[in-house]
Amino acid sequence: MSTPHLLPNGRVLRYSFHERLVHWMAGISYVYLLLTGLAFWSPWLFWIAAALGGAAVSSQLHPWAGLVFVLAVVRMYQLWGAQMKKTPADKAWLEAMPHYVRNEDESMPSVDRFNPGQKILFWGFWWCGLLLLLSGIILWFTDAIPWSLRFLRYFAVIVHPVAALLTIGLFIIHVYMGTAAERGAFGSVVRGDVSRAWAKRHHQSWYESIVGESSAKK
Amino acid sequence: MSQATLEIRAISGHAGSVPGAGVKRELEVCKLIDTTTCIGCKACEVACLEWNGLTFSETTFQNSYQTMPETAWNYWNLIKFNEHERDDGSLMLLMRKDQCMHCEEPGCLAACPADGAIVQYANGIVDFQQDRCIGCGYCITGCPFNIPKFSPQARKVFKCTLCADRVTQGLEPACIKSCPTGCLHFGTKAEMKELADHRATQLREHSGFAKAGVYDPSGVGGTHVIYVLHDASDPEVYGGLPADPHVPWTVQLWKKPLKWLGNLAIVAGVAGVFIHYLRYGPKTVPEDLQGGKP
Ligand code: HEM
Ligand code: SF4
Repeated sequence: MSTPHLLPNGRVLRYSFHERLVHWMAGISYVYLLLTGLAFWSPWLFWIAAALGGAAVSSQLHPWAGLVFVLAVVRMYQLWGAQMKKTPADKAWLEAMPHYVRNEDESMPSVDRFNPGQKILFWGFWWCGLLLLLSGIILWFTDAIPWSLRFLRYFAVIVHPVAALLTIGLFIIHVYMGTAAERGAFGSVVRGDVSRAWAKRHHQSWYESIVGESSAKK
Repeated sequence: MSQATLEIRAISGHAGSVPGAGVKRELEVCKLIDTTTCIGCKACEVACLEWNGLTFSETTFQNSYQTMPETAWNYWNLIKFNEHERDDGSLMLLMRKDQCMHCEEPGCLAACPADGAIVQYANGIVDFQQDRCIGCGYCITGCPFNIPKFSPQARKVFKCTLCADRVTQGLEPACIKSCPTGCLHFGTKAEMKELADHRATQLREHSGFAKAGVYDPSGVGGTHVIYVLHDASDPEVYGGLPADPHVPWTVQLWKKPLKWLGNLAIVAGVAGVFIHYLRYGPKTVPEDLQGGKP
């Protein structure tokens, strides 16, 4: 990539402006989808829809927000798809995951720009996003589906919430990791940069390739 | 406070208690449609449009007397005409008045996410409250009879009300009032069942319809609209009347086990990360390299 990864202030650029923009386009649309979706999901959460402008409005806007979300995810695929590919090294990392969970990061194998956990998150969102889109379109145009094709509706009312629940699981872990658990990660997706120490600690291979790159330039 | 709320037995998408649960003493009402004496005059179709003040819509022609292929958001009552060839090769013109069946266990109500958009009264009538409807169309998926219909203009769903407005005033539904042959009857469920059984017996014993019977499907807990059919063993020939209607199993799965499993999973997920934080705290980075704060 053309963006310099080593910034003049000694920090490392982790996400470009473009990447951050796409991330938040997905993030904000997802949160809206999640809140309105949960309102339709459970009578106990129906008040969320009232708070967001009324349930009829939420029902009408939810699918449009879904399209925004899908657009963002497709753009992410273009940006990150290649870097999210499974590599042979991932196996060792996943096997060592109990250490990662216990914050024993010094015992983890070094990883490239994305660790296997992030890859699972990405592909989980990618495939669930596809299911949500397909089932969501059926729910969107429920009334246009002829009686003879009603099995599509029966399929959509199960697939849509199941796929949503899977993403909710990923989302809970993702938000926890990105805010409370992994200090410095949130800044990387807001301001874009991380400290060298952070880069070395969490994405050593990536860090080394950047350092190598910039020293090669000099 | 309106007395009407005390007559409500079930409410869609409702988190709290039901105001009328078991409060009012009400007779369960029922409409009886004797398909064997229907002449297909469509008086009931017109009466429905008139009483409910529905807008007019275009009719279609597909080589039959039938007004349109299926009921519409502004056409709640439709006579279905079916040419049926009997085993002996003779033809029968079967006519069945199609409308909401007012199920005892309504799939629309079970599927609906909007608080109070669908209510079931103690007298058995299942009624949509359009001011509460959010236009999501879940009721269309929940219904085993293809009845709720979406109005694109209103972004709401409409269907037969069993003339709930007339019935609360002690009147019979408009379709019943208009029927010239007396093939439509209205009364309590018990009375109508008795009348229907009587008529079916008559058909079997005196009119040569050995398979005549009453349609009151148990898969949806029985209905508040019942039919007398010449051949109760094959309701499908009456324009797709389902032989054994049920709320679709995916809808049942979605609204009961999946809901609770999902809620549990979400709560467990949030609790899980919280407990993780309490136990292990954040991942910190030893700041031994240049670059300052993480
Ligand atoms: C990808 C494009 C999407 C489309 C076209 C779409 C469309 C829909 C539609 C039409 C409904 C029916 C409710 C209504 O309209 O009132 C619905 C429900 C729902 N959506 Fe989506 N949606 C999409 C993405 C998502 C995403 C990403 C989530 C993630 C949380 C989500 C979560 C939900 C939930 C939880 C429900 C309620 C399910 C239930 O009632 O059981 N949707 N969606
Ligand atoms: S469209 Fe049907 S399911 Fe949805 S809110 Fe309206 S009545 Fe309820």
